[in-house]
Parts: sequence; structure tokens; C-alpha cells
Amino acid sequence: MGDLRLKRLCTVALSALVLYGCAATGGESATKADASKSLVKGLDASLNPDPFPSTYKPLPSKATAIVGANILTATGQEIDGGVVVMANGKIVAVGPAGTAVPADAVVVDGKGKWVTPGVIDAHSHLGVYPTPAVQARSDGNEATDPNTAQVWAEHSIWPADPGFNRARAGGVTTLEILPGSANLFGGRAAILKNVPSLTYQGMKFPGAPYGLKMACGENPKRVYGSMHRSPSTAMGNVAGYRKAWIDAAEYKRKWDEYHAKAAKGEKADPPKRDLALDTLSGVLRGEILVQNHCYRADEMATMIDISHEFGFHVAMFHHASEGYKAADMLVKEGVCIATWADWANFKMESLDGIEANAAIAFKKGVCVVIHSDDETITQHLNQEAAIAMAAGNRVGIAITRADAIAWITANPAKAIGVLGKTGTLEAGKAGDVVLWNRDPFSVYAKADKVFIDGALTYDRFDPKYQPKSDFELGQPGQGEFQ
Amino acid sequence: MSRAFVPLLMAASVLALSASAETIAITHAKIETVSAAGTIEDGTVLFKDGRIIAVGTHVAIPATARIVDAKGGVVTPGIFAVSSDLSVMEVEGVRNTHEESSKLGAAFDVQYGINPASTLIPLARQGGLTRAMVTPVAPHGHEGDRDENAGEDYTAGTANEGVNASSLFAGLAAGLRLKVGDADPVFAPRAAMVVDLGDDGARVAGSHGAAFQLLKSALDDARLYAKRRGAYDNGQSRSFALARAEMEALQPVLSGKIPLLARVHSAGDIRQLLKLAKEEHIKLVLEGAEEGWLVGEALAASKTPVIIDTEADLPQQFETLGSRLDNAARLQKAGVLVAITGNHSFAMLRQARFNAGTAVANGLAYEDALAAITLNPARIWGLSEHLGSLAPGKDADVVIWNGDPLETSSWPLTVFIAGTEQPASSRAFQLRDRYLHADDGMPPAYH
Repeated sequence: MGDLRLKRLCTVALSALVLYGCAATGGESATKADASKSLVKGLDASLNPDPFPSTYKPLPSKATAIVGANILTATGQEIDGGVVVMANGKIVAVGPAGTAVPADAVVVDGKGKWVTPGVIDAHSHLGVYPTPAVQARSDGNEATDPNTAQVWAEHSIWPADPGFNRARAGGVTTLEILPGSANLFGGRAAILKNVPSLTYQGMKFPGAPYGLKMACGENPKRVYGSMHRSPSTAMGNVAGYRKAWIDAAEYKRKWDEYHAKAAKGEKADPPKRDLALDTLSGVLRGEILVQNHCYRADEMATMIDISHEFGFHVAMFHHASEGYKAADMLVKEGVCIATWADWANFKMESLDGIEANAAIAFKKGVCVVIHSDDETITQHLNQEAAIAMAAGNRVGIAITRADAIAWITANPAKAIGVLGKTGTLEAGKAGDVVLWNRDPFSVYAKADKVFIDGALTYDRFDPKYQPKSDFELGQPGQGEFQ
Repeated sequence: MSRAFVPLLMAASVLALSASAETIAITHAKIETVSAAGTIEDGTVLFKDGRIIAVGTHVAIPATARIVDAKGGVVTPGIFAVSSDLSVMEVEGVRNTHEESSKLGAAFDVQYGINPASTLIPLARQGGLTRAMVTPVAPHGHEGDRDENAGEDYTAGTANEGVNASSLFAGLAAGLRLKVGDADPVFAPRAAMVVDLGDDGARVAGSHGAAFQLLKSALDDARLYAKRRGAYDNGQSRSFALARAEMEALQPVLSGKIPLLARVHSAGDIRQLLKLAKEEHIKLVLEGAEEGWLVGEALAASKTPVIIDTEADLPQQFETLGSRLDNAARLQKAGVLVAITGNHSFAMLRQARFNAGTAVANGLAYEDALAAITLNPARIWGLSEHLGSLAPGKDADVVIWNGDPLETSSWPLTVFIAGTEQPASSRAFQLRDRYLHADDGMPPAYH
């Protein structure tokens, strides 16, 4: 029985489990299983790494070939009049005119059109701050304590949010849903495939790592300062981060000791599980990616020092209005930035946001992402990238379409940990593909067809592929929005 | 660019700019006249002393004219931000930079708080903007951005104690000219009275319907007051819900001299408002009107113009369930005068031209979209005699673009306001150039 359970767990193993059993020999696994047999699954995170597992299944698909379109692969290539072939949910071929098309493939005429990877929004609050924006569905900030690393954004997601449908019509196939920025530690972020689903489990991107939302700057100190609690200052913020990482390191050490003893068959008392520290220690183990709301260059430097102090890596600074000032440091540390094209000046920490932020950072070698943090902007991230590109071209930074497409596909995929599965048009990757009616960087561009895992999930001209949220049925507009 | 070179260039541009009375001919331009003359593929725009003299293919250019060769670039009228908080909100998160709302109700006149030194004015010019109607917001209007406010501003519901008719009114709007160095940039004071209805009105009055009743009774008070000013001054009239200054401020609305700019959203509320305006004989301009497409015929029949955000396609609230991307196209087709705005906030000011492009992608004709950010705002505010198109006699607000002004890939090459060339600089550009500067071992503060 123990073996059987362990085997099943191994097939869905995240790296935590690899550390504690799956990679070990059969004999050791058995010992370990015996030692923790008395523990209920929910008391040891390593036995239970995925308590809300994905039930995502790609929609029904047919082999499909888009022929004759201009293709931006997001690997630096632009192929004029090329061919993209998808089969069994995957991209099977990307190439120039003449690339073989399987006999059974549905052929889509792409002449005069453009093909890109599915757009990835690395900063979304769809579902957790859905529309209508009413108090009953305002579930994005657990603003009751500066450290709520124990909460998971997925538990706040309202899958019927009409915003998911709007984003899909804008080409968005993958989303990172984050908690808000009220807290130093906002909680876990979830990666979703943008398909209509009754449950969030039905959207969860299989095998994607979790993110941890952290927030620098004005929001946490304002929220808690106004309650006469810590943090009320920038230095209070930093003390709050460091205390939490000290606790996390201690917690990790206790569990590591316990697992080491248990693996040797020695008697050991398991530490009491703590959901917040599970998440933070998951970061220290390199399993959970830090997604850090942080506007100012000097605060980025502080966060990087903290990451050195406690031995973790910041995957990406979000908003990052001063990314252009911090470019050298970001390159050295391998930290991406996610920013907007022209949203700035709304508070002191965004005062120095400029349109050329992404372009200057790109020129200096930073991994650049254009994100939305907004249910409207997410619908045209292609145009946001275009505006950011133009701001660079205006000062002679030559940015090509082949470069800029990565800002909304490959780079966010990398920053949220799914680049091995999606984000580029390459054989073997998921069939997450958008067919645009024209140059996707044009203000006039519309997504004609959106494929997710090779399945047509949206078609601008076919009402059968224009899903409506339950919420919008019977309302004015009936969920139609264009 | 060397550091020593910068001041020289700046000095030169200041000299050029001071010559506001000069005669300028923009040649070899693709001219979007936004008038009956339509598009001129290769023409000349001639202006002198701030006014346009001629627009066409065969324009006689005086020998004294400075010639600006557009080299095939697109020339348009300056963009007119039809409803904006430009110059009255510098930093949303800093309360002391807010000049867009008051506790004075209808008596509030936004012109007195306008900040000519706003760093956002030069930035707006770099988006091709030459004029803006600065429209106040009622103290309870316009929710902040929700993520950035991190929870505290998400609480819906009615937090008001008691009903205060004053709070329904945002006050009087003012037309702003974005010309550099303008000592008095307000060129059209008291151009409209602004009222926030819908959910915002309900926060004041208790419900959507009650807000209409409150508006109606306020107009009744103002009308009665005007008939009996003497009695009021002698303390012989009944008590009014509004202060004297508010009732005075409402007189031009009652006489039809200025429109009532009403922020309203649902089809049902729009119908109620049209009915009220007919009964009260007042002129309306609607802002928001996300469900306007459902009542296009009624809007056209009553000649009510609308200001819309063409990105609005989500059921943000129960009053905007029918939001859709082709609202502009449908309203235009119904015969409604449409103006397109970006986000009301300065922070997304430059979106207006992109929003016009979005409207085109969703069915609006290109020339209508261009008019929706130039001529139509001027028409809505009663300023089209001098603004909004490229035609002889109009103010020379002229922008030369490197391409299609609605496209993401375009930007203004040169901006003229009232005939004067504007500097191509802004705080954002200074920051940009400082950090583009090659590292020479000195901190950026030296650059």
C-alpha cells in the first residue's frame, strides 16, 4: 500500500519529492515511506506537493497547418510566408514555404496574416479581481497581515470571470494569476492555461511551478502603516522580508533534518507544518519562483541583496518602472523585468516610468517582459509591446518584431517557469498559437484564431468558438463584446 | 551628445520658439484636414500669426515663410483630449497634487487649480496633444486603480452620511491650451458643468434613480433662485439644497449656454437622463456611455454627443454589462456625434490616439476615428470655429507625424500650437536620455 501510494506520487512528482524519495533506490523509498507512514498526507508538504492538482485537458483538436503566414517564432526568427503545423496538441513543424503538411491536417490559409506564439501575461489578476468588480468577488489581497505567504491565488479565482474570454480574444493563452501587492508576501501565484473551465483546477498549467508574490515599496507600508502596524516605512518592509526568510530557513532546516533521519529509518518527530513557511521554504529549495512587485531601482538592489543573504533568486521584478536605471544590475543577476509601455506617474514610486523603459533595458541586455496587471491592457499586450518598441526606435534603438515578440511570449514563459513547454514556435512545444489578421504590432491587429495545445479555442469569425461566461448569459450584450 | 553641447541646442530652440508671429509653410505633407477637403496626398499647410491661411496642393508660399518640409509625413490637426485631468493631477498617489475635485459642488471652477508647470503637459504634447478639456470629478467619483490601491479602495457601497446635492456636481470644466510658456493656458473657461451619475451618483443620492431626482431638484432650485434673487438676498425665499454660488454656476446650463457633461453608463440611466434633459431644456454631453449602442437612435434624435473609451468591453459594474468594442462604430452609424477619450487620467493620456485606432479595428471608419479625437471634441465644446480641423481661419494647432497618427509605430515629429513650434522635450525624455548616456564613470546625475 505504501509503495503504491509512493509510486503514484512519483508520477506527478515535483522536485520536492525527487529530493525525498523518487530519485532514490527502491529500498530507501520503502524505508522512507515506512517512516512517514504515520503522518497524514496533509502534514508533510513533501508527501503532498500538489494538493489541488490540475485537471486540465486540452480541448478536442485536429491536426492543423497554417500556411502562408508571416511567422514570428519568438526565437529571433521571422519567416515570411511560412508554415506552422500542429498535431496531437504540439507544434510539429515550423518552417519556410514548402514545409511538408500532413495529409490529414486542416489547412488554414495564412496569406497576408501573421502567426506568433500564444501571448503570455505574466501579471494578471483575472479571476481574483474579476469583473464585475464588486466587493463579493474582490479576492486578490488578503490584506490582514504583511506576510500571507500561506494563501494561494488559485483559491480566489472565479473561473467565470468574463475577462478570461476577452483576454483570449487578444491572443492570451497562458496567464500568471497573482495575489495583489498589499503585503510583503502576498501568497502563491498560479499559472493557468486560458481555457473556459468550471474550476480553476481545469485551467492549471500542468507541471508549471508556483510563483511567490512579493511586494516592495509603497503599498505594504501604506496598508499596514494606516493600521498602525509594521511595516509603516521602507525600512519596516525590509525588516519584514528578512524576518520571514530567517523563519523559512529555520523551518527548512528542521524538515531537512527530519527527512534525513526518516530516510535512515531513525526515529524522528516531524515539525509542525506551516503553510506560509512551506511556500517560503519552497523558494529556498528553488521550486517556487519569486515574482516581485518593485518599481524603483534602489529597492530592486535591496531585494537582490536580501536574495543573496538567504540564498534564493528573484525571477522577475514586476512593474519595474525604473528597470532602465537598473539594467546593469539586472543583467548581472539574471533578473527579468515586467513593465508597461506607458503607464506611469500615478504614485511616487512610478514617477520615473518612461515609455523607453523596456527599450533601454532591452538594449542593455535585460530579459524584458511586457505585462498587463489590468483586465483591459491584457487584451492588447501586442500593442503595448509595439508602443514600447516604438519608444526605442524613436531614439535609434533598433528593435525588430522578432525581438519584441519575445517580450510577450518567450520571456514571460521563462520568467514564470514554463519556457520548456510553451512561449515559442518550435517543434515539440505546446500548440499555443495565435493567427493575427495583420502585423500583430499594429493598432489595427486582431487575433483571428487562437489555439491552445493545438485546439482551436477562439475564432473571431465563428460563433461556435466564442465562449461566453455563465455570468453574461441573459445580460445586455450576452457576453458578446465585439 | 556631449554635455557641453546640450545648453547650446536648448538656447537655439528657445530662440526659434519665441518667434510666434512667424509665417510657416509645411510642405510635402500628406494632410488629413478633418474637413470637407478630406485627405490631401501631397500638399501644403500655410499659417501666419497663429492662424491657418491656406491648406491645399497649390498654395502660394510667401518669400518670408519658414518652410518645414514634411517629406511625406502625415499632418493632422492637434489632438484634443476631450475630457481629461491633465494639469489638475500631477501624481495620483499624492493628495496635494490633486486639483480635480472640491467640496464646492457645482460652484467649483477647475480653471483656478490648473498647474501650467505640470510635467505631464510636455509629455502630452509628445503624444500630439495640443488642447485638453479639463473636467473635474465629483469627490466620490472615479475609483482608483484597484491593484495599486491594494485593497483599501475596493470597498463598494455607500459610505456617505446623509444626502448632499452639492456632491453630485463636480463643477465647471476648462479648456486648456498646451502651448509652451503660456502664462494663462486656459482658453475656454467654464465650458461645461460636470455631474457624476450612475454608480457615482448613487453613492451620493443613495441609488441611481435618486440621483436623477436630486439632479432635477437642484436644477429646480437654481431656476427658482434666478427668478427671485432679490428675495433670496433679503432672506425671503425658501431654503435651497445648494449654495448661492452653485445656483449661479448652474445658470448657463439652464439657459443652454453650456452643456451638462454627465458621466453615465447604462442604457437605462441614459434614457432617464435624456428624458430629464428634455423636460429641463438643457444640453447634454455624455461621458462613459458604455451601453450607448443600445440607445443609439435616442441619442441621435436628441443630438446628444457622447465621449467614449473604446477599450471598454468588460462588465466592470452592473451598469456596464453591455460594454463592447464596437460601441463607437455603432453610435457613429446611428448618427451620434462621437468623441474618443483615453483613460481620464493623465497616466494613460496618450492612449486617446491608440483608442481611436482600436475603434477603427472595430468598425469605425478611419476619418471618423480621426475626427473623434480632433474635430468632434471641438464641436462638443462649442469651439469648432477655431479648432479641430485644418482649414483657413482656424488656430494653427498642427502636428507632423512620421506615419499614421493612430498607429503604435508613429510619433509626432513637430508640434505647432497656435502657430508656434513646441519644444520636443519632456521630463520623461530627459530621464530617458540621461540613462541612454554612455557610462563614463560618472553617476547619471552628472548627465
